[in-house]
Amino acid sequence: MKKFLIAMLCTPLMAFAAGGSVHLDKWPGSVADKAALQNGAKLFVNYCLNCHGASYMRYNKLMELGLTEQQVKDNLMFTADKIGEPMRIAGRAEEQKAWFGATPPDLTVIARARSSQDGSGADWLYTYLRQFYRDENRPTGWNNVVFENVGMPHIFWELQGEQILNKDHKLELAVPGKLPPKEYDQAVSDLVGFMVWMGEPMQEERKRIGWIVLAFLSVLFVFAYKLKKEYWKDVK
Amino acid sequence: MSNECKVDCGRRRLVVATAAVGGVGAVAALVPFVSSMLPSERAKAAGAPVEVDISKLEPGQMMTVEWRGKPVWILHRNQDMLETLPKLDGEMADPNSDKKMQPEYAKNPTRSIKPEILVTVGICTHLGCSPSSKFKKGADEGMSADWLGGFLCPCHGSTFDFAGRVYKAKPAPDNLEVPPHYYIADTRILIGEDKKGA
Amino acid sequence: MANTNFEKYKSDGSLGGNVLEWVDARFPLTAMWRGHLSEYYAPKNFNFWYFFGSLALLVLVIQIVTGIFLVMHYKPDASLNANGVPVAFASVEYIMRDVPWGWMIRYMHSTGASAFFIVVYLHMFRGMMYGSYRKPRELTWLFGVGIFLCLMGEAFFGYLLPWGQMSFWGAQVIVNLFSAIPLIGDPLSIWLRGDFVIGDATLNRFFSFHVIAFPLVLIGLIAAHILALHETGSNNPDGVEIKAKKDEKGIPLDGIPFHPYYTVKDIVGVVVFLMVFSAIMFFAPEGGGYFLERPNFFPADPLKTPDHIAPVWYFTPFYSILRAVVWPIFGIDAKFWGVVAMGASVVIFAFLPWLDRSPVKSIRYRGPIYKTFLTLFVISFFILGYLGTQSPSYWGEKISQLCSLIYFGFFLLMPWYSKVDKYRPAPERVTG
Repeated sequence: MKKFLIAMLCTPLMAFAAGGSVHLDKWPGSVADKAALQNGAKLFVNYCLNCHGASYMRYNKLMELGLTEQQVKDNLMFTADKIGEPMRIAGRAEEQKAWFGATPPDLTVIARARSSQDGSGADWLYTYLRQFYRDENRPTGWNNVVFENVGMPHIFWELQGEQILNKDHKLELAVPGKLPPKEYDQAVSDLVGFMVWMGEPMQEERKRIGWIVLAFLSVLFVFAYKLKKEYWKDVK
Repeated sequence: MSNECKVDCGRRRLVVATAAVGGVGAVAALVPFVSSMLPSERAKAAGAPVEVDISKLEPGQMMTVEWRGKPVWILHRNQDMLETLPKLDGEMADPNSDKKMQPEYAKNPTRSIKPEILVTVGICTHLGCSPSSKFKKGADEGMSADWLGGFLCPCHGSTFDFAGRVYKAKPAPDNLEVPPHYYIADTRILIGEDKKGA
Repeated sequence: MANTNFEKYKSDGSLGGNVLEWVDARFPLTAMWRGHLSEYYAPKNFNFWYFFGSLALLVLVIQIVTGIFLVMHYKPDASLNANGVPVAFASVEYIMRDVPWGWMIRYMHSTGASAFFIVVYLHMFRGMMYGSYRKPRELTWLFGVGIFLCLMGEAFFGYLLPWGQMSFWGAQVIVNLFSAIPLIGDPLSIWLRGDFVIGDATLNRFFSFHVIAFPLVLIGLIAAHILALHETGSNNPDGVEIKAKKDEKGIPLDGIPFHPYYTVKDIVGVVVFLMVFSAIMFFAPEGGGYFLERPNFFPADPLKTPDHIAPVWYFTPFYSILRAVVWPIFGIDAKFWGVVAMGASVVIFAFLPWLDRSPVKSIRYRGPIYKTFLTLFVISFFILGYLGTQSPSYWGEKISQLCSLIYFGFFLLMPWYSKVDKYRPAPERVTG
């Protein structure tokens, strides 16, 4: 019987040891770093929100990053009048479809959607935003290592500079940008952090409540177990 | 017998203790479900204070803005209109606005912060219809000949003066509600919030 | 076991007693309490595996309660909102963000769906191990198979509602299965969708099935399942009929009243289950991408199939069997036979009571052949389940074909091997 159970348990474990395909760099940030998230929020509204919406996210939620209402209104809120409004794009979806051929996806939950066997959604975004390279065959002039033939141009090219794919299929910085590579990586990491947070703003609270619930259930377990023991004294 | 009680009593205590702890858990588990029926962030955003620019509102004119899904009237009363108010004190159900249908700062003869600007919720205090404007004196708009101007609720005929005060012996029990509001600037009003620190 | 001839309650003169007497004269309240709980005698040797029946009931309650509250905020609407996102998809994110505590209710429901299948699979496996489906409990088993089928439908309809990419394409694939049926297939699948593609009409009817039709049937079947069980009495790990040995009062010697003994024991099980459930719900609500699949965070897009679509984990064993059939037979293409095989792999459980010819019920007294077959069955079930989550591949196909053979072999060869297998005679009394 025991052997039987062990055999049952081992089979799926062996089967699950399969590998991935694309190499993703590990996102170095953390959603607990409020300062980084604030910086990421600034990058997001300045660069991403021009074309992508984050329409499930309300501006007042940004106050949870440690900002006051006035700070959000002055520094981050360009597409709405009221603090309770969602973070919409400046343009309308139909117009965008006409301009870009496709509506750029809403980015609210992109960090959750992009996770895979190869890595978390954060790893994917962190790699993706750093691996654009010049490709004259593309209408935008840009291509990407992890997202081949991507429709989006490299919006951070001024910051990162221009990379090219050399003969060994490695990325090389051909034209340096405004930021040295380390600082650029940091900026992207902050932005990714913001997107991870935005994907599930209640994730820290969720875990906090989880500990409380588990602690409570442990107490209840002690009582329930004693009660069971007490009654089952009768059963011979 | 005493031996049996000993077992039983311990058992009973344990049952009560377990039920108590479990009960606490059950009540705590109710919290998310009950609170999920409260207004959502979307509803709160829709119910947020509304900023209104009244610089273009001429004397004698009224504008309506939406706040929490209700019409809020902003009436720029001219001298004529203001003069009718004291004359009507005798006919009013609550001439001095003693009932709490307005914030403290609007408990005055004109029921407003600035005498000429009336801000009031355009919902009849009877059963919730929105009264219509009957600004002309006399019988021109289908009112009685001695009508001095004000509002008439089409549903059950309650009448209100230019301060939103209800006439005596009408179905509506109270004056029209004055919502919390304050002036951000001379001609900008924020409806839905009292002035902070005031 | 349900004795209906209980005496009516007699008041002791107190107010509560009077009320109870009044009610009891008009409604079988104490009779139900005694027949199903305080004087329902269950074998005293239930082990770990016997927790999962009551846990399934608990998960049902969780799903119904959370479901009621989700319906208050969810909108089954495939049209695009002002931001260019389908309303249904946006309403799920609305629940997750804007509704107070909505995220918790939603995670409870999505985790509950997977928990339901985990608990039900373990419950079914218990029944197989200890021969609970055998005479006289065939009908309890049949109701159980009905519940399982209904649960699969319930889960399938519910999975469309978030209107993400996996919802959409999963439904697309499954509904298209029906088009494999010769002659009536195409019109049938159009009728099921109410459209030529999965669309608003499909979403609305799936919503109706998910929140009204299937829960109603499910509750009815569960009531029948429990009533039938209480008629025959529970089986146990020894496969012994405890009713065969009774004391002078007619109480089974190996039986103990369900209440309080199994109520207090099940409470322990419930608390432990809730701890595991909460650990997943609060710390890993996506269940590693198996409970909430990642592509479902993209809204449904009829123009773009995700790179890799797989059903949710609890359907994957059956999905693998579907994919394992690649040969046309009798001039009808493989697609049809795949559907037949998949349907058969579920329905075949219903025949277990009549396939099993062993003189004993419980695995404890069975011989090596049965144990080998059951082990192989479980292993193939896991492998099929795993392969169903993966993209099709050459070896995947070969292995899934082998596993499908083992899967069906377990059932179809049972009349033979269960008869010729060695066995030890079951004891007269339970062994604890």
